[in-house]
Amino acid sequence: MTVTPYQSRLREGPYGFADLLHAEWTKFRTVRGWIIAVIVGGLAIVAFALAPSQQGSCNVSGCSAPVGPGGEEVSDSFYFVHQPLAGNGSITVRVTSLTGQIPVPVPGAAMRAGLVPWAKAGIIIKASTSPGSAYAAMMVTGSHGVRMQYDFTQDRPGIPGAVSATSPRWLRLTRSGDTITGYDSADGTHWAQVGTATLAGLPQVAQVGLFTTSPQYLQTSLGEASISGGPSVATGVFDHVGLSWPRGAWAGDNVGGSSPGNTAGSSQAAGTFTVTGTGDIAPVVSGGGGAGVSIAQTLVGTFAGLIVLVVVGAMFMTAEYRRRLIRVTLTAAPRRGRVLAAKAVIIGGVTFGAGLVSAAIAVILGQRVLRGNGAYVYPASALTQVRVIVGTAAVLAVTAVIALAIGTILRRGIGAVAVVVVVIVLPYMFTVAAPILPPGPADWLLRLSPAAAFAVQQTLIQYPQVTNTYTAAYGYYPLPPWAGLAVLCAWAALALSLAVFLLRRRDA
Amino acid sequence: MSRVPARGTRRADPQYAGHALHAEWTKARTAGGTIWLLLAVIAATVAVGSAVATATRCPAAGCGQDPAKASLSGIDLGQAVVAILAVLAIGGEYGTGMILLTLTAIPRRTTMLAAKAAILTGLVMVASTVAVLGSLLAGRLILPGHGFIPAHGYPLLSLADGPYLRAAAGSVLYLGLVGLLGLGIATAIRDSAVAIGVVLGLLYLFPVAAAAVANPHWQRHLEQIAPMSAGLAIQATTGLRGVPISPWAGLGVLAAWAAGAMLAGGLLLRLRDA
Repeated sequence: MTVTPYQSRLREGPYGFADLLHAEWTKFRTVRGWIIAVIVGGLAIVAFALAPSQQGSCNVSGCSAPVGPGGEEVSDSFYFVHQPLAGNGSITVRVTSLTGQIPVPVPGAAMRAGLVPWAKAGIIIKASTSPGSAYAAMMVTGSHGVRMQYDFTQDRPGIPGAVSATSPRWLRLTRSGDTITGYDSADGTHWAQVGTATLAGLPQVAQVGLFTTSPQYLQTSLGEASISGGPSVATGVFDHVGLSWPRGAWAGDNVGGSSPGNTAGSSQAAGTFTVTGTGDIAPVVSGGGGAGVSIAQTLVGTFAGLIVLVVVGAMFMTAEYRRRLIRVTLTAAPRRGRVLAAKAVIIGGVTFGAGLVSAAIAVILGQRVLRGNGAYVYPASALTQVRVIVGTAAVLAVTAVIALAIGTILRRGIGAVAVVVVVIVLPYMFTVAAPILPPGPADWLLRLSPAAAFAVQQTLIQYPQVTNTYTAAYGYYPLPPWAGLAVLCAWAALALSLAVFLLRRRDA
Repeated sequence: MSRVPARGTRRADPQYAGHALHAEWTKARTAGGTIWLLLAVIAATVAVGSAVATATRCPAAGCGQDPAKASLSGIDLGQAVVAILAVLAIGGEYGTGMILLTLTAIPRRTTMLAAKAAILTGLVMVASTVAVLGSLLAGRLILPGHGFIPAHGYPLLSLADGPYLRAAAGSVLYLGLVGLLGLGIATAIRDSAVAIGVVLGLLYLFPVAAAAVANPHWQRHLEQIAPMSAGLAIQATTGLRGVPISPWAGLGVLAAWAAGAMLAGGLLLRLRDA
């Protein structure tokens, strides 16, 4: 009887990187606790998105805002002195004064003279007097010179400087079909084109006339703790009103409804119009006075998932040290840097996959829950939503890799978990969640610390033509989304380099 | 390991507890990391507190800032170090297998855990007292230069002032309770890395989640039950009418969490094999 000697079916070495990956994947896959933890981390992200607490502040106070032509929530309230224009035509006006009143911080006190930076007075061509309808307008502003604005989100600069009786501004709007062109002039003879707007579907008969409005006064100079403000009022004085069509009767309306104590109105004497209004014609922004929520809210659970995945990432390495498996690993694959690279690929890949699935479910279903609860969710394009989902998965994966690297450096699971959780969560807490730092230092922390990466979840748009508290505490990060993620990646690269260096130098 | 703890004749012997305390004290004293972690609690707390105090400004009366909270914000980081210390107090023993020896020497498990808790709390409170006093001293030196002056409604930070004394003493108690919370959880979980993840998650996740919830009703409730948000209410010295939970009630919430964790840990320690 012949005995066949035992022969291993494994290939002879040296092993390639693919073999290392296979080995590390087998190690990961066969620890049941880690697989369960990854699933729990993913479920945590989804669970937070579907929690019953997912509501906007809107359905508590019962607010609702009109929707503009672009589908975004808008403010559309102003005093409008108007008459209909059928077909093409042009309106010209001279503005000689823009003054206003702003609230004082003492309750019950009278307002004092003052003008908010984006107080507006000028001429407007609007589809109808209903809030949210399409428009194009030429205006003088409190401190941003002449502007042409249309359809709430668009803003073009004209002549800079303030308006006064000695330095008046001439404004002109010309309609030709769906196209409206805005001009300005300092003297009424030399005109410059400011911008052109195409208002798709502008009805044959549009409302044309003079308007004045003045947004909320916001005092934010003292930082987060002391945002104060209130409604402001502005008054514009117009003369030399020129219409290219036979003049009809002027009608005065508070577009967007009148609030109690509204002093808006207009008067007309010898060709001079005085129009007083309050409100704004602009997109609604999240912030001090914002009413909606962004889709980032559906990803609150990112932190819960993150902590779970950090524990897994750290243990993927520290468990080897604790069980002395590291000696077997390094005997089988003596090139230590490649072992760590294989581990990083496996833990990064697994956490990225889990993050991608759970973030996608959270964003898609979470929005439904929010809308079902009556909250207004700021719209984000499909591409933006993809960026948020992929970016969140990347944040989770890169953080898990950092945990792996710190685990290699410290060789103790507890230290690695604590360090990674603290460096990610604490800067976020100090700047976004429970802002204790004033906006300046907070922005620097969000540029330099690993928490910068949460910028990938920002979907809110910062409109320069709307005064607001654009701080991290209200969801506006100092860095653009991918730059924020790059900061986290830089930290990961640093930690990995140090880990490879120490892994090579030290005895296992 | 025996499932039933040995029941000696010295059950009510105060010496037995004394020995357990002495054993735990020797372990804590001679373990390499303890002193460094205690120093890290102080360094982390004072450093972050001073940095936040340096960044804080109060340019006019009614700026709404809380000087005690700003000076003591280093607790947010210091508590993580306390949690490491607490988790290691028992998790380290499970990691090295030392727990078998400990329970052979002191078979009465509740006594062992109580002795650990006593030594840990003592050490943490000593370090916390230094950390809190250091933070308040830094605040006292830094804040008046940043507009926290009597003219703006802020007397100099002083322990003779009732609310400031409450914030200081309460912060020391807060860190002591975080230590007990960590010890209880680590006793229940037995793995240091997982336990620290659970402790830090419990502390940090609630405030992050509460901030993201737009509904003020839910936000308030989350802040009332969260160990960190409620516990740190003890630091409030201004705007007390607007806080979700009053200072001592908030510290009570944290105490309930710590008691629950210690109870669960103690029960599992008695029921399970080591």
